[in-house]
Amino acid sequence: MATKQQVRVKLNGRERQADVEPRMLLVHFIREVLQLTGTHIGCDTSHCGACTVLLNGKTVKSCTMFAVQADGGEILTVEGLSKDGQLHPLQEGFKEEHGLQCGFCTPGMLMSSYALLQNNPRPSEGDIRWGISGNLCRCTGYQNIVRAVQFAAAKMAHGGTK
Amino acid sequence: MIHKTSPEVGGMGHSIKRKEDLRFIQGKGNYVDDVQLPGMVYGQMVRSPYAHARIKSVNTEKARTLPGVLAVITGADLAKANLAWMPTLSYDKQMVLATGKVLFQSQEVAFVVAEDRYTAADAAELVEVEYEELPVLVDPNKALDPGAPLLREDREQKDNHIFHWEVGDRQGTDQVFQKAAVKAKVHAFFPRCHPAPLETCGCVADFNRATGKLTIYMTSQAPHAHRTVFALVGGIPEQNIRVISPDIGGGFGNKVPVYPGYVCAIVASLTLGLPVKWIESRSENLQSTGFARDYHMTAEIASDRDGKMQALRVKTLADHGAFNAAAQPTKFPAGLFSICTGSYELPAAFCEVDGVYTNKAPGGIAYRCSFRVTEAAYLIERVVDVLAQELQMDPAELRRKNFIPAASFPYKSPLGWTYDSGNYEAAMKLALDKIGYAELRKEQLEKRKTGELMGIGISSFTEIVGAGPAHTFDILGIKMFDSCEIRIHPTGKAIARMGTKSQGQGHETTYAQIVAQELGIPASDVTVEEGDTDTAPYGLGTYASRSTPTSGAATAIAARKIRDKAKKIAAYLLECSENDLEWEPGKFYVKGVPSKAKTIQEIAFAAYTNIPPGLEAGLEAVDYYDPPNLTFPFGTYVCVVDIDKGTGEVKVRRFVAVDDCGNIINPMIVEGQIHGGLTEGMAIAFMQQIDYDESGNVQGGSFMDYLLPTAVETPHWETGKTCTPSPHHPLGAKGVGESPNVGSPAAFVNAVVDALSHLGVRHIDMPITPWKVWNVLKEKGVTG
Repeated sequence: MATKQQVRVKLNGRERQADVEPRMLLVHFIREVLQLTGTHIGCDTSHCGACTVLLNGKTVKSCTMFAVQADGGEILTVEGLSKDGQLHPLQEGFKEEHGLQCGFCTPGMLMSSYALLQNNPRPSEGDIRWGISGNLCRCTGYQNIVRAVQFAAAKMAHGGTK
Repeated sequence: MIHKTSPEVGGMGHSIKRKEDLRFIQGKGNYVDDVQLPGMVYGQMVRSPYAHARIKSVNTEKARTLPGVLAVITGADLAKANLAWMPTLSYDKQMVLATGKVLFQSQEVAFVVAEDRYTAADAAELVEVEYEELPVLVDPNKALDPGAPLLREDREQKDNHIFHWEVGDRQGTDQVFQKAAVKAKVHAFFPRCHPAPLETCGCVADFNRATGKLTIYMTSQAPHAHRTVFALVGGIPEQNIRVISPDIGGGFGNKVPVYPGYVCAIVASLTLGLPVKWIESRSENLQSTGFARDYHMTAEIASDRDGKMQALRVKTLADHGAFNAAAQPTKFPAGLFSICTGSYELPAAFCEVDGVYTNKAPGGIAYRCSFRVTEAAYLIERVVDVLAQELQMDPAELRRKNFIPAASFPYKSPLGWTYDSGNYEAAMKLALDKIGYAELRKEQLEKRKTGELMGIGISSFTEIVGAGPAHTFDILGIKMFDSCEIRIHPTGKAIARMGTKSQGQGHETTYAQIVAQELGIPASDVTVEEGDTDTAPYGLGTYASRSTPTSGAATAIAARKIRDKAKKIAAYLLECSENDLEWEPGKFYVKGVPSKAKTIQEIAFAAYTNIPPGLEAGLEAVDYYDPPNLTFPFGTYVCVVDIDKGTGEVKVRRFVAVDDCGNIINPMIVEGQIHGGLTEGMAIAFMQQIDYDESGNVQGGSFMDYLLPTAVETPHWETGKTCTPSPHHPLGAKGVGESPNVGSPAAFVNAVVDALSHLGVRHIDMPITPWKVWNVLKEKGVTG
């Protein structure tokens, strides 16, 4: 076993730190060390996107990144989306438009959609489909996920939410 | 007609938002890998790199001595406890950990347990297994050749044949064919594919040495049946086993069988007295757990010159891999494949299936499918199109001419099923109108003049779901009823529990709507719980679109039992005779005096506080529902494709799906199910295949080469519906989750073949990749 290294991150606005093996994947660090299990593992090869989180504002697939690589960074996971008990418009959109079924891809989908809307607040349907194309969903056929993101984009445009 | 409740009550027909979503959208779902128990350790499987090899030795010493490793279990260890083999759901047996030899690549050979998952993975690498390679059998067509390698040396029968199954009138059908004016034939291979739910399989087995209780959190679509299997196989008293199936990240049939990993985790926990977690990697999931299909089918259809069908003959070779681990009703070795006469009036039919072993992963399971109905629907819808080509007749016209007429239901098929209800022509007409069929045919004619390739594919499928009636349907002897228990609390709120288990279908919402429908208690006041065998009533689980036909019916009947008791209480409270009471959802009132009424909430309170003399306290009921028949959902799907002559790429321009699943509980959820099923059907038609090379190496063993559609490849789905209620289901419902996956592959393939039919193309096997189409075009002299 290699010497453990300290990793400090700001996770959903809160400073967290732990000593971990250099080979520990970021997704295991988040799920098992920091105990936020909303971020999922679906494929181990960065194809499915269930493990998507934001690192310093950009989406990363946390199953193919080491925790030590995230040292000093700011991480946003699905647990950090709602604020003061208020659902984020994307979360509302997924519920209102039936954008989820089994729910396993949902956290990653939400994070990719969040990043998309940060960069492109008024995406076309094509933009949305490309924006979530790094995330697989086996249940919904994506159509209602597209609607969910459109719902959120409209609501954010009117309400000024980020 | 179903009475429609107010939106506040939210009974059947309301698109109420899903109750389960709040936890999922906030990252608060509880999937098996989220379960963390004190002292929990991790299991890792050691798997075979070879498809067929004798095991000469297994050396675990290096693995065992690695710091952090707690145990290494081999087949020899399990053999001492008589657990090296376990029964499958199809009266075969399967190795838990290999002894003697391995029979497919990625077969389970040893199980390592360590303090953390990284150490477990390290230790698995240190297990040294010496193999001697044996000749590999990959092609099922060669399985019965005299010189074929014998795979299953453990069996008394010394060949690779598993079963022969036939149904129908062989002689009568042959006679019709001998005299038939027109015959059409297709060899259609339905490729091996894998459901690949986004969550892989796994469990946490937690044996408590102090209490003797074994709790297993597992990805199970059938927790009760699995508990009984563990009790029977492991000899553990059933009351000491608790299976908890928490949130499940998609199942699609993949989570019906019992896998060696579950058994090994249980053995490890029993041995160590610690909770043991085992979670598959994606590759392990794709390479070793329940695949689907792998049916090599031939269909022939006979008709007169006007296109009136006379007979169907089907012969199929089924590749089951190394063990017949098919998850299906025990009396049906080929599942419900004999629904292959589909939506058509066929006076004569004969169907036979032979199952064989090969050096591939064991199975197969019903992937979003009611036991081989997908193979059957694909085959009949494909051969009908081939017949249309043979007759030079429009495929819609040929279907219309041969549909079982709406007036003929209940309809007895020549292969023995009694279809409950249907109106096939209405569904097809709606689908053709929605897509503008006549215009599309004109456009196609025009395009052909300029050499552009465009096709229209129709599939008018009939499903068979909701297994099933106890007189015919059982799994290892357990009858395929399902159940519901409802308890009404004193304040008029309720909890309902079922023997089924949602994996994304939205049961927490739809079952609550059934209670709301029957009792007038708002769906928002009804908690639905499934998946805990210590609390839920016994049932066979969720697959084969059986939840609504079985547990949905049980929910309605249990609610009606409660209503019967509520009526007695209401009569006591209103000081009248039960005969004087009328029901409207939510209350009983005195006939002619609507103001003299007691709400269900008032009655519930009285059930605990003001009990009529002679009546038991409480307001609850349980029902075990044995369906009198299966249900037969149907629909017509129409697909339009454009093909790029240069690349062979097929683009789905439009897809209209008209479904008829009888009365609908939640239209939003039904539509969502259809979107998802169509997407999987498209993936099967164009992308997904688990193939093997000649050495038995898996060619679709990760998401790098097992292709799944993203939002970009997935078209926009257009849906529609007709409604033909089931006459025997208490709510007139039929089930819908699998229809789109069953009905759509033929629509895609028919569309592609239709685009190429003028070139003489009659059939292309799935998955229809650009490479395959490009080769066909090249062969036909078409260039971009």
